Order: sequence, then C-alpha cells, then structure tokens
Amino acid sequence: MELYSLTAHELIKKLGEKEISVEDLNSSVRKRIQDKDPQVKAYVRLSGSKAAVDFKTLNNGPLAGIPVSIKDNICTQGYNTECCSKILSGFKPPYDATVIQKLKNAGANILDTKTNMDEFAFGSSTENSCFGPTHNPWDLDRVPGGSSGGSAAAVAGDEAILAIGSDTGGSIRQPAAFCGVVGLKPTYGRVSRYGLIAFASSLDQIGTFTKDIEDACILMNVISGHDPMDATSVDIPVPDYLGSAGKDIKGLKIGIPKEYFVEGMDPEVKKIIFEAVAKLKDLGAIVKDISLPHTEYAVPVYYILGTAEASSNLARFDGVQYGYRAKSTNLIAMYKKTRGEGFGQEAKRRILLGTFALSHGYYDAYYLKALKVRTLIKNDFDSVFKDCDCIVTPTAPTTAFKIGEKAENPLQMYLSDIYTISANLSGLPAISVPCGFSKNRLPVGLQILAKAFDEETLFRAGSAYERATQWRKEKPKL
Amino acid sequence: MALSPETLKYVADLSRIELTPQELEKLSQQLQTILGFIDQLSRVDIAGIEPTSHILQLSNVLREDNPKASLPIEKTLANAPQKKDNFFVVPKVIE
Amino acid sequence: MEYEPVIGLEVHVQLKTRTKVFCGCSTEYGASPNTQVCPVCLGFPGVLPVLNCLALEYSIKVGLALNCTVQEFTKFDRKHYYYPDLPKNLQISQYDLPISKDGFLEVTVDGKSRKVKIRRAHLEEDAGKLIHEDNFSLVDFNRTGQPLLEIVTEPDIFSPEEAYEYLTNLKSIIQYLEVSDCDMEKGTLRCDANISVRPKGQTGLGTKSEIKNLNSFKAVRDSLVYEIERHIETINNGEKIVQETRLWDDKKGRTVSMRSKEEAKDYRYFPEPDLPPFIISKEKIEGIKKTIPELPKEKILRFMREYGLPEYDTKILVSTKENADYAEKRLKAFPDKDKKPVANWIIGPLASIAANLKCEIYQIKIPANNFIELINLVEKKQVISNLTGKAVLEKMAGMPEKSAAKIIEEENLAQVSDEASLEKEIDAVIKTNPKVAEDVKSGKTNSIMFLVGQVMKKTRGKANPKVVQEILKRRLV
Repeated sequence: MELYSLTAHELIKKLGEKEISVEDLNSSVRKRIQDKDPQVKAYVRLSGSKAAVDFKTLNNGPLAGIPVSIKDNICTQGYNTECCSKILSGFKPPYDATVIQKLKNAGANILDTKTNMDEFAFGSSTENSCFGPTHNPWDLDRVPGGSSGGSAAAVAGDEAILAIGSDTGGSIRQPAAFCGVVGLKPTYGRVSRYGLIAFASSLDQIGTFTKDIEDACILMNVISGHDPMDATSVDIPVPDYLGSAGKDIKGLKIGIPKEYFVEGMDPEVKKIIFEAVAKLKDLGAIVKDISLPHTEYAVPVYYILGTAEASSNLARFDGVQYGYRAKSTNLIAMYKKTRGEGFGQEAKRRILLGTFALSHGYYDAYYLKALKVRTLIKNDFDSVFKDCDCIVTPTAPTTAFKIGEKAENPLQMYLSDIYTISANLSGLPAISVPCGFSKNRLPVGLQILAKAFDEETLFRAGSAYERATQWRKEKPKL
Repeated sequence: MALSPETLKYVADLSRIELTPQELEKLSQQLQTILGFIDQLSRVDIAGIEPTSHILQLSNVLREDNPKASLPIEKTLANAPQKKDNFFVVPKVIE
Repeated sequence: MEYEPVIGLEVHVQLKTRTKVFCGCSTEYGASPNTQVCPVCLGFPGVLPVLNCLALEYSIKVGLALNCTVQEFTKFDRKHYYYPDLPKNLQISQYDLPISKDGFLEVTVDGKSRKVKIRRAHLEEDAGKLIHEDNFSLVDFNRTGQPLLEIVTEPDIFSPEEAYEYLTNLKSIIQYLEVSDCDMEKGTLRCDANISVRPKGQTGLGTKSEIKNLNSFKAVRDSLVYEIERHIETINNGEKIVQETRLWDDKKGRTVSMRSKEEAKDYRYFPEPDLPPFIISKEKIEGIKKTIPELPKEKILRFMREYGLPEYDTKILVSTKENADYAEKRLKAFPDKDKKPVANWIIGPLASIAANLKCEIYQIKIPANNFIELINLVEKKQVISNLTGKAVLEKMAGMPEKSAAKIIEEENLAQVSDEASLEKEIDAVIKTNPKVAEDVKSGKTNSIMFLVGQVMKKTRGKANPKVVQEILKRRLV
C-alpha cells in the first residue's frame, strides 16, 4: 500500500510506531502530486512549489508530519493566496489564518501549493478559476464540484491526505459528494474564519475534506474552537470528536424532508439515497418523514445575501495595496480597469447582483426581504429539531456533470446547490458521506445535518454508516 | 423587477467595474434571468417576521484596549503595486 | 423679505483610546507613515474586526453627557464608497441603530439659553490620510481605524454665534469626560456644517449647502456668516441655491464650490456581519453614569454658589477641566471667605502670562500655596504693590518652586511704607516739581497723583503709594 493512499489515522499510527518517517510520507504525497496532478489539476502554482520542508518543526502534536492541503482562499503567511483570481495575483499574506496557525501548532505539514477553487469561491464546479478547471478523478471529463473542487479532487485522487476548504453554500459538501470523499461544514462559529478570504461573511465556514469520518474527527479536534480574532467564533468547549466515531445509532431519530425529493432530482441519486436511508434504519435509527416548508426559497435567498455580502467584501480588491493593478493615470479609471480586468465573469456577475440588491431603492425588496425569509428557513429547522436528532438528504441533486455543461447557464449552476444552501443560511453543521455510485461509476453523497454545535451526531451517524458500508474502499482509477 | 442596461451601468459604476458593451449586454440578460428566479420570494408572506443578520445569538463580543505589535513596514508594503518613501502610491485622486 | 438661517453641525471626535477601534494598533499621534498598521486596519483579505471595549464605553459616556438616550440594542453597519484612504472601500459605521440618539446641549447666546437638539452620536472607524503630489497621491494608513464618534445635531441652530457656542460647549464637555483631546489642529475634532435659509416664520427647510474644510471654530462661524449672505443674495437675485459641498477658504474668507462630479450618494448600508450586535444593559449605563465627572454647566453654578464668584469669572475659570481643577485648588487654599482676589489673579495676571507663553493656565506650575502667599502679600499685607505683584508672578512662572517672599527678598522688591525713608524722596519730588506742588496747594487736589507717580518712579515701584499719598496730603493740603 502506498503511503499517499492511507488515511491520516493510519499514517499517525505508522509514524508513531516509527514504521515510516515524516520524510517518507512527504515524498510519497509529493510524488503522487507530481504524477497525477497534470491530469487532475487539483493544485495551483505547482511549478513554483518548494518541496523543501523543515521536518524538525513537524515532530509534535496530533498531526505531526501529516500533509494538509489548503484551499487558495485561506491565508498562509509568505505563500501565495490568490483565491484563484487574477486580481489577487502575487498576493502573499503577511499573516497566517487562525486555522493555519492551529494546524502548524498541531505539527501538520502545510503544503505551499494550494488547492484550486472557483474564483473567490463563486461556483459549483471549479471551472471559474483563473488557473483553469480541476478534473474529477472518477471521470476526467467531469467537474469535481465546487467551489472547493481542488481540495475534494486532491483527497479523492490520493494527492492529499487531508484538505481544508470553505463552504458558503455547499462548497465543501457538493464537491465531496461529486468526488466520493467525506466533506464537513461545521456549525457557523465553530471554526475561526480569521484568515479566510471572505465571500459571504454570515455564511462562510471553514471545513474539512477527508477519506473517512475518523480523519474528519481528528482534523476538527485541531481546527475547532474560539478565536479572539473572530467575533463570530463561539466560546463553547470543543469535545473530543473521536469519541463519537465509534458509537452506534440505535434509537437515533432521523428526519427525511419531503421537500428534498422533488422533480429535477436524478432518479438514480434518489434510489441510492433511499438505499442509504434503509441502511441507517437497519442500523437501528428511527426514520421519519418531516417537512421543511421554506426549502424552495433557500436558493433565491442565498443568491441575494451571498452576492450582497460578496459585493461588499470584494470592494477592497482595488489595486491599491496588493494584487493586480491596471495601468492608469487617474484613480477612478484605475479602479474600474483593475476590477474590470482582474475579476472573472462569475465574480462580476455576483458583485453586480449584490450591489444591485443593496442599492438605493432596492434594499427592502431584495436584501431585507431575503433576511426575513432566512428567518423562516431557520425556524423550519428549529421546529424539526425539536423531535429529530439529525436530518438526512442527498448532498446534490445529480452526480458530477461534464466540464462546460453548465458554464453558460449560471442559474442552472446555482441550482446544483439546492440541497446544501439551507445549512449555511441556518448556520447548521452538515456533512457529506459517500453512499454509493451511479451506473457510470460516479460517486453519490449522503448529506446529514444536525443541530448547531452538534457535529458529534454527524460523526456518530456518518461513522456508523461508513462502518456498515464499503464505499470508502473504492478508489478512482487514475 | 427589470434590470435595464442603464441600471446595470449605474450598478457597475457603483462597483467600480469597467464593462465592455458586449459584457454589459450579456450580463444584463443573465442577471435579468436570475432576478426573475429570485422574484419567487414575492410569494412568501413575511408579515411580522424579523430579519436574521446574524445566525448566532451572540452579543457584546469585545476586546480590551491593549496594544499589539503593528506590522513591520517591509511587510506592510511587500505586496504594494507601487510605493514611495514608506507610502502606498495611487494615481492622482483629484481630477 | 427677512430670512433666517437653519444650521446643522456634524462633529467627528477622535476617541482617546490606546488602540484602534477594531484592532490592537496604537493610536499615538505623529508616527512615521504606515508604521501603526496591521492586517486588520489595512483591510487585508481575510481579516475580521473586533470592537475595542473602551471605544464603546467612551461613546456611551459622551451620549449620556449629551443627554441622549443610550440604546439598549446597537449594531454596526457597513457604509460603502471607494476612496484610497479607506482600505476596504467600506467604512464600519452605524446606520439605523446608533449607540445614542435624541439628546440636547444647552447654549447661551446674548444671555438667552436654549437647547440644541442632537439627533445621534455613533461610533465608526476613521480613514487614512492622503498626500497629493503632482501626478500621484501618497497613502498613509496610520489613522485608519482610529475610533471616531460622529455627533450630529438636528437642523436646530439658528445663528453662526449659536453654532460657535455649541462647538465651544461640546468641546468643553468632551474634554471634561477625558475621552478626546478635541484638538482641531491635530484633527481629533473635525466639523462640517449644513446651512440653509428660509423666510422668517416659515417652517420648511430651504436647499442646503454643506461646508467642509473648517479648521477652527472661528472658521465655522465665519463661513456660516459668509454662506448665509451668499444664500440670501442668491435668492434675492432670483436664482436658485444648488445643493452642494463647498470648501471654506480661510485666507480669502469665502466658500468655493467643490465642483466635483459628485455621484449620487448610494452607500449601500447593511448590517456588519462580522460584528454581532451589542446589548447595553441598564446596569452598564448606570455604571458609566457614575464615572461622568461634574460637567462645566454644573461646575459654573457650584463655583458661583460655593465661592461667591460672578458668572463671568466662573465661566473663564472652568473653561477646561484642568483649568477648573487648577482654579478650585487655589480657591480652596485661600483662607478668606471672599474668594474674588483669587479669581482676579487667575483670570487677570495668570491668564495673560499663559497667553504670552502660549500655554494653558493649568500648565503654569506655581504651587497653590505659593500663589496664595503672593496674593496675600499684595492684597492684605501690602508688602508689594499690585504692579510688583504681577512682576513677581511672572518670575514665579519661570521658577515655580521659589516662593513669592523669597523672590521679593532676593530682589529687594518689598514695598517701602516707612515714612521716614519716604520723606526724603518726597522732598526731592516736590523740589523738582514746584509748579505742581503749588497747584495742589491752591486746591487742584487731582494733581497730587502726578506727584505720587513721580515718587513711585523714583523708588522703582517700591514705595507704598497709599503712604506716599498720605504724606503728600499732609504736606501740601
């Protein structure tokens, strides 16, 4: 077995027993990246990557020597962080994101080459990257999902052991589902956002890509917790998540929302999800039908709030302090050219839509209204969670689609987030767990949602299901 | 709600984004479609519903008035597209 | 037709916290460019703000001192506009729920007092500074993120004099609270004025202009006088006032239109998602209330009551908290019931010394007991004349540890009241001024003062003028 194909917990064991060295592991993963990334393109700026690592710093901590791959929108001090956008070309942050600091403290080997993404996390396919698309390891003609498609593909293709991504409307879970890996979006406020280049501040959350649930627990143990630099990070104790991974699910109350199984859904996906639900029942869970009546409004609410906040967060990219600057002798022209040339099409679309939603005369009709419907969506979950421990749904309505298939139809693209957005609007934790394959061998993901700060239930349900199935043993043929 | 090319031009100016005439036309159509989709929100009864700006019930998150080290000037200016004597330089502000 | 002006003022006060409003960078004045910055105040990608608790406390304090309602629920909003001194191209400010609102400040003009309504006082982050060169501009972000409290009045000020009085009182109150230096030269207090005129008796508002670039309270007053005239003249000429921003040119004494193609202000405010709201409890407000010191108005009344001083004197004594504390220490140290001499010596000689030294009264470090001793030596013991007293005071200002008595002794300044030693000098003066002496003898008693003066001159001010006058009267009348 090659080292790159193992999970973090398997590697931690081998490292602990001195069966392998940190150098061995580092070279194995780097070699795999060199070999396979030309096809997958999960990483960006690979040619400039320095394989040299100071192994002395990686000896201590729960992730000692474990390579971790980072999405290009999380700040790494002194290493390019560009959100896969021309406008941030060459940007080297003068500071580390809190998550990076925590990973370093845990002994992790942070890769300097970052993972590909849709520009500023705007997208569901990783096609909107200034570096070109990432390819799905299960079918190189297909997208890996997005926006964290690089992180998902890297883990799926064994080009990464662990990866960090961000999820604003499904950007971890949907690519995790498309690539057949475990993707977790924690509760809003569970993981510090300090150093995550903001897309939509009230929805963004950093999360994990792993090969199995146990690895997700290990990674969450490291990155969770209160951060004085993030006023929206919550000061409640972090449990040892590994404690949840081995538990059974007898008596666990699972809700199945009827609004998630409607037209537009791939029948094959539907069948696979129902098989997974049956499996959960076999394992002792109590499954019941529930209703989340405002589900259909999640996408429009998201595209108002998300774009409005994005238009504000991206105002700072103006060519003054860092990144790309277009030549001009006049300030306003410099701004307009820099932003006109520096942002890609989807970024422009979202900035314009968001600016419109906040502009004079439209605020009440769009932004304020969306905030109110957001309340209704959250209320739906509050009432359902009165007698459910978790909710199970498909992660995405289809399997991975072809590269270019939805590129010219932004609205179609937006609808691929239909099942994932509600968790962001409500701040809830949600995980995507591999639950089978379509006839043409494309992975399908099962989404589990739980109450705020109850990631433990996600791990408990996810790991019970994982142990009872063999899906994680399947690997793409690269 | 209609998003006329004039409105889009206004919004683009507000956002400081230069658009080519082709972009303007294409984006105007695309955004029109998206806004049409978004308009389904008009069906929702929001009477008496409070807006949710912050999903967490947090309040009064404060820091003490204790100084922290600032950045060394080299780091501050390291990414600057143009700099002079420890200042950032921008094209002329006043026309 | 007779017109009346309607004025509103927007004052920005920089709060005197040690660190910036949303990060730990120092707020020290005068650092070299871009050295008091960090990723947070530079608005680097990925950073988040966290509010400085002292900035919030100071804002509440000002709100309470200005008789505002401090809101139980307050939050921050983002205000968007593009300018290179604003690193995020958005300013964290407050829109619909400012920390405090609906207050007032009492002003007295021509003996008449009224309350100027204050609409709101909200907290926001300051912008950086631009230096314009020929073909480009330089940006310094040191000031970016310093806490600013914006205090906005209703259009409820009706004369330039009232505006001046409002600003003077506002500055005095805020300085009393010790939350800002309110120094217009350093930019820790900035003011913009909105002005319109309307026919007297009408209630609606005319078209307003906004005046910027006001560098002193005097400039505010002068610019308003100018603008009022300009408005009235424009209307009388049958023209219309254009709503615009005008810059005050202090040297030329006039306002000029900015003439920039100002785009319509569309700030796209929305709640700052990175800062959860603030709930300000009654206990918190009560706690802050307790830290508010006696404010100028109350102090004036108390000084009048306790020290029996006239209002005019008191107002000068309490102009700043430091001066008031300085004065009070000396008033208390003076043993007599009648404190007027102390007030006189502070607002007279001491104030003029301060003016010459270009400093504040309280910065003259003469200890209270030395100061009181001097007053006693002049007013009661008459060891020295008033004139010599002023000279001694000046010397004391230069060497504050030296007592008045010591200076008088060293410099041999003591008044001569001894008749025997004065007789000689008086004889000499009568001899050299025979005609004047004759005049006095023949009944022109006023001329006696000339002779007293001559004696004073001869003794270099040391002769006790009262004694001299007595002797002369005895001799000549």
